[in-house]
Amino acid sequence: MNIVVTVKQVPDLVEDLEIDQSGKALDRDWLKFKINEFDEHALEEALLLKEAHGGTVTVLAVDTGEVDETLYTALAKGADRAVKIVGDFAAGVTSHQAAALFAAALKEMDYDLVLTGVQAVDDLDGQVGPLLAAALRVPHVSVVTGVDVDGRVATVRKEYAGGVMAEIEVDLPAVLGIQAAKQPPRYAPVSRVRQVMRTARIEEVEPSAAADAGVEVRRLFKPEGGRQAEIIEGSPEEVADRLVALFREKGILKG
Amino acid sequence: MSGMGRDVLVIAEHLQGKLADISFEMAAKARELAAASGGRTLAVVLGHGARALAEQLNVDAVYYVDHPVLAQFAPDPYNRVLADLVREKQPGVVLVGNTSMGMDVAPALAAALGWPLLAYCRDVRWEGDAVVGTSQLYGGKVMAEAAASGAGAVVTVLAGSAPADAGRGAPGSVEDVAAAGLDGVRTRFKALIEPEAADVDITKEAVLVSIGRGIQSQDNLEMAAELADALGGALSASRPIIDNGWLPKSRQVGKSGQTVKPKLYLAAGISGAPEHLEGMRDAELIVAINTDPKAPIFGVAHYGVVGDLFDILPVLTEKVREAAG
Ligand SMILES: Cc1cc2nc3c(=O)[nH]c(=O)nc-3n(C[C@H](O)[C@H](O)[C@H](O)COP(=O)(O)OP(=O)(O)OC[C@H]3O[C@@H](n4cnc5c(N)ncnc54)[C@H](O)[C@@H]3O)c2cc1C
Ligand SMILES: Nc1ncnc2c1ncn2[C@@H]1O[C@H](COP(=O)(O)O)[C@@H](O)[C@H]1O
Repeated sequence: MNIVVTVKQVPDLVEDLEIDQSGKALDRDWLKFKINEFDEHALEEALLLKEAHGGTVTVLAVDTGEVDETLYTALAKGADRAVKIVGDFAAGVTSHQAAALFAAALKEMDYDLVLTGVQAVDDLDGQVGPLLAAALRVPHVSVVTGVDVDGRVATVRKEYAGGVMAEIEVDLPAVLGIQAAKQPPRYAPVSRVRQVMRTARIEEVEPSAAADAGVEVRRLFKPEGGRQAEIIEGSPEEVADRLVALFREKGILKG
Repeated sequence: MSGMGRDVLVIAEHLQGKLADISFEMAAKARELAAASGGRTLAVVLGHGARALAEQLNVDAVYYVDHPVLAQFAPDPYNRVLADLVREKQPGVVLVGNTSMGMDVAPALAAALGWPLLAYCRDVRWEGDAVVGTSQLYGGKVMAEAAASGAGAVVTVLAGSAPADAGRGAPGSVEDVAAAGLDGVRTRFKALIEPEAADVDITKEAVLVSIGRGIQSQDNLEMAAELADALGGALSASRPIIDNGWLPKSRQVGKSGQTVKPKLYLAAGISGAPEHLEGMRDAELIVAINTDPKAPIFGVAHYGVVGDLFDILPVLTEKVREAAG
């Protein structure tokens, strides 16, 4: 079974996010990037499926800069091939562009399953998988937390609220949006990643694809209004005293 | 096609015989939008033997599509029927919940129709011929205002964006629509899996000490458990803690976990992503401890501590124990 996993570099959300001069994008100069966490789960699920059924795992990325380390790390974890879609993508790509590029690249590849992350934390739109499935004319299921394959059919678990899940059968080939793998993503030791960097090669492809989302971002802004927490300052002791007093006042602590 | 349609269509969703709250919220939102555009409010319910659900939505007209294959959600059959219906009814805006089902339906519909998708919307409104949405990006740290134009737009709406009660009520009419094109569907519903019985029901606890990725390792859970114990409450967590296997799924708060309303929700090392906030924003007293002063959790907390949970939790546990005597 051949599995393709798409991986995306996204800003580390623990860092400060500054809006640039245009007011419509983040200032990329100051961003620290890391792999989208759901893509890490997608890769883990793909590696588990390969271990169970044989076949290959290919990681596929758009070259928006700084993706090499993520691709080498995936190879170090057990992926067989790393493919980078090259072009003028330094400013990032929209979901529609990414989907069109993936569709074009996949036309030249052999795949039974394409696993994407359920959504990327930068745009939170979860569109790439469904758009890609539509372009490839294959089925798609989102919010998946476990995949089993039997012949040409996959059985997936789709998560709903309250811990309820649905078991859904999907004909292959298919695109699945992965929320969580069956087990926490594995870790690749740095020494192994270094070794892979010396010996492995990232393949480059340059498909042409254009797409228009029909959406115009007018402005970005920091959340405003709503409740703003009253910040309790001071040493840990002072903070703890304030909190205990508060808990008493609200009847959470008696006495 | 000249400009957008004026009607607003809500895609209702249901599970285990009940419409989801978000369906009512969207009906309320649709009323707001249609009042501004002079259009009609429409909704669609797909199911099998579920016509009673269609009678509960406060809109002008509900289309009800009945077929055994539609009894439970599966993406391919639902997407097919919905795309046909939207093509025929030509609304200007289609509202879809930002839910597990919505994450399948909304982008598939946008792709099938060639319409734009405004995702993760807290708010949506008309501006002339365009539909403008205010969305949350970057885990809730940045907001975006984006405009969609064309024949129509698909909008996914976050939970809590409109009052559910305004969306409850009898519709003007319920119209049966025949299901077609359901041969050879490529995704098939098999079974619902209920969660395993929980040792602790976090929805019933008065005090929750809730931990997130900031706790760093499983060994550190003990520190938070001691505070929960001292407060006579229980431990709950954000999703990564559950995905790491450090706590059972029954302890997860949020969109794909439990919705909780304790007297005290103390969040330590939780950033406050929209999916987490969905499950706890109505707690009576929310206290957040986070090293990042810009963490979105401070936008819903009543009290915040900008600091290291490893410094604060042990001292707090001590003082709570003293106070409790
Ligand atoms: C369909 C879907 C459903 C989802 N459902 C849920 C759900 O039900 N529940 C849920 O929680 N998430 C859910 N998520 C995931 C959600 O998007 C976030 O990824 C998740 O909530 C982040 O968890 P976190 O806040 O613990 O981690 P992070 O976002 O990584 O935040 C960790 C925080 O800890 C702080 N921190 C670090 N060190 C310290 C320290 N020493 N002291 C104090 N603070 C520290 C950091 O500043 C940061 O703010 C869902 C996602 C999707 C796509
Ligand atoms: N520019 C990109 N490069 C690589 N993968 C992407 C890109 N955009 C989206 N993806 C994949 O699609 C998933 C969903 O992203 P999105 O639809 O943008 O929320 C991500 O988790 C990735 O797996």
